[in-house]
Amino acid sequence: MTDLTRLTLTEARDGLKAKQFSATELTKAHIAAVEQARALNAYVLETPEHALKQAAASDEKLARGEAGPLEGLPLGIKDLFATEGVRTTACSRILGNFVPPYESTVSSQLWRDGAVMLGKLNNDEFAMGSSNETSAFGPVVNPWRRQGSNVGAGAAGAIEGNHLVPGGSSGGSAAAVAAHLCLAATATDTGGSIRQPAAFTGTVGIKPTYGRCSRWGIVAFASSLDQAGPIGKTVRDTAVMLRSMAGHDPRDTTSVDRAVPDYEASVGRSIKGMRIGIPKEYRLEGLNAEIDALWQQGIDWLRAAGAEIVEISLPHSKYALPAYYIVAPAEASSNLARYDGVRYGLREQGRDIIEMYEKTRAAGFGAEVKRRIMIGTYVLSSGYYDAYYLRAQKVRTLIKRDFEAVYDQGIDAVLTPATPSSAFGIGEKGSSDPVEMYLNDVFTVTVNMAGLPGIAVPAGLDSQGLPLGLQLIGRPFDEETLFSLGQVIEEAAGRFPVGERWWA
Amino acid sequence: MSVDAATVKRVAHLSRIAVDDADVPKLQGELNAILGFVEQLNEVDVSGVEPMTSVTPMVMKKRQDVVNDGEIADEIVANAPASEDDYFMVPKVIE
Repeated sequence: MTDLTRLTLTEARDGLKAKQFSATELTKAHIAAVEQARALNAYVLETPEHALKQAAASDEKLARGEAGPLEGLPLGIKDLFATEGVRTTACSRILGNFVPPYESTVSSQLWRDGAVMLGKLNNDEFAMGSSNETSAFGPVVNPWRRQGSNVGAGAAGAIEGNHLVPGGSSGGSAAAVAAHLCLAATATDTGGSIRQPAAFTGTVGIKPTYGRCSRWGIVAFASSLDQAGPIGKTVRDTAVMLRSMAGHDPRDTTSVDRAVPDYEASVGRSIKGMRIGIPKEYRLEGLNAEIDALWQQGIDWLRAAGAEIVEISLPHSKYALPAYYIVAPAEASSNLARYDGVRYGLREQGRDIIEMYEKTRAAGFGAEVKRRIMIGTYVLSSGYYDAYYLRAQKVRTLIKRDFEAVYDQGIDAVLTPATPSSAFGIGEKGSSDPVEMYLNDVFTVTVNMAGLPGIAVPAGLDSQGLPLGLQLIGRPFDEETLFSLGQVIEEAAGRFPVGERWWA
Repeated sequence: MSVDAATVKRVAHLSRIAVDDADVPKLQGELNAILGFVEQLNEVDVSGVEPMTSVTPMVMKKRQDVVNDGEIADEIVANAPASEDDYFMVPKVIE
């Protein structure tokens, strides 16, 4: 029998319908793969019994011909999504052993459509990071290795050698999909947290338009930027996932009341005549030559498929990242005020309630989270609010106007690199200067600031044999165009599955 | 703008995060690196620009002002580090 974990989500769906295998067989294959990959640290909690129960129910529904769109398909869930009765921590010590008595809207829609949960996936603490190194559960190992690297499976199930990060914050999601430890995964993106790890692992990730997916039940980082989306093995797989994840939710007032299209129908649609913008401001000084060549390759592929290539200008692009590092920490400092040692999670004792708060938060938050709370508190504090926060929100308006202007000129989507480099080594970045790590999101963060949809699609390998991705940015609520364009790149570039299970 | 050690301590207290004196210099350096990075926003002419309040233009929906759940006190306190009779327990606040 073929290795069922090597199937794409849509191949597995079609195989289940054709009764080539059962949901239980498919789930068991994935549970075994997860067990053999513990050294990658992609999962922070495995839920095999839960998965098998759901798979058995799916097999009954499949037999009765009542299969949902994701019936019997095993998924991984980022540990930022509240899962009823299943520990949810945002990979922070401060949430400790938090067991939600409710289910996030997005995950509840996956179960409504028949999906199977294999477990909870690692991420940067409260989604703050670009390498998954800030997780309280420790870093995730990228299943990709540099050519000739010394990374391998060591004694006692550990990984030996200087491994690479999978990106972040959705590092567990990206690594699990790339290592065939689930058919697809949920993820979230505040500044690039879906697209950057997808690019680092040769997977596809889409951040939909702000408001497309409900944020209810997702641990909040920066509420005006956070959006859920899928990471999958193919463009088609993410289209199928997003259809289930998206939709209006009265419990999130920022969730939009618009019908969810059949995204899969847009995969394979012609892109003839589409106008693709190439923003000159993204040609950064000192841009890696391989990234630049990949970008040109992407332009050629889209042109060959009938698209018209237009140079455009997004003049405020360079200010997106600094504005983000005011707006996101400001919102985080407010959102994370709820971790006070009273209602849930960790509590450290103090002489009085203030000392209890201060000791709890000092012990519960990691260094990066503390830094961001403090920056956020500072930029919102009396006397600094106008100089920092208000100015950043004005710059954000200008960034959004840049995109509105090019879309008004008839541009259908914008093509850029996804990241300024391929995956880097663990401990290589940001240890002395936090800004060095922040620069990872230079191409992705504008999209969050403007609330737009963006997809990262793998497009090639660099000279070290590591995957690189291209990003497509769309008009608000036009994810369909991104799936059509993404499919063109996927067909031209081919897919980039990890070959050998070197960790097992 | 950059922060001095006293400001770092004040912000830590406002953030309700205990910081050891020994950790202040490192934190000060990191916060100043971030503040130095965002300094470039001062180059931008923002005169007459409205600050963004909502990235997706939409009218906020209102719901009926009615009770729509309740009677779940046990679920609400289930994760509390200290609770008694459906109350959260905290150190004494009022002398």
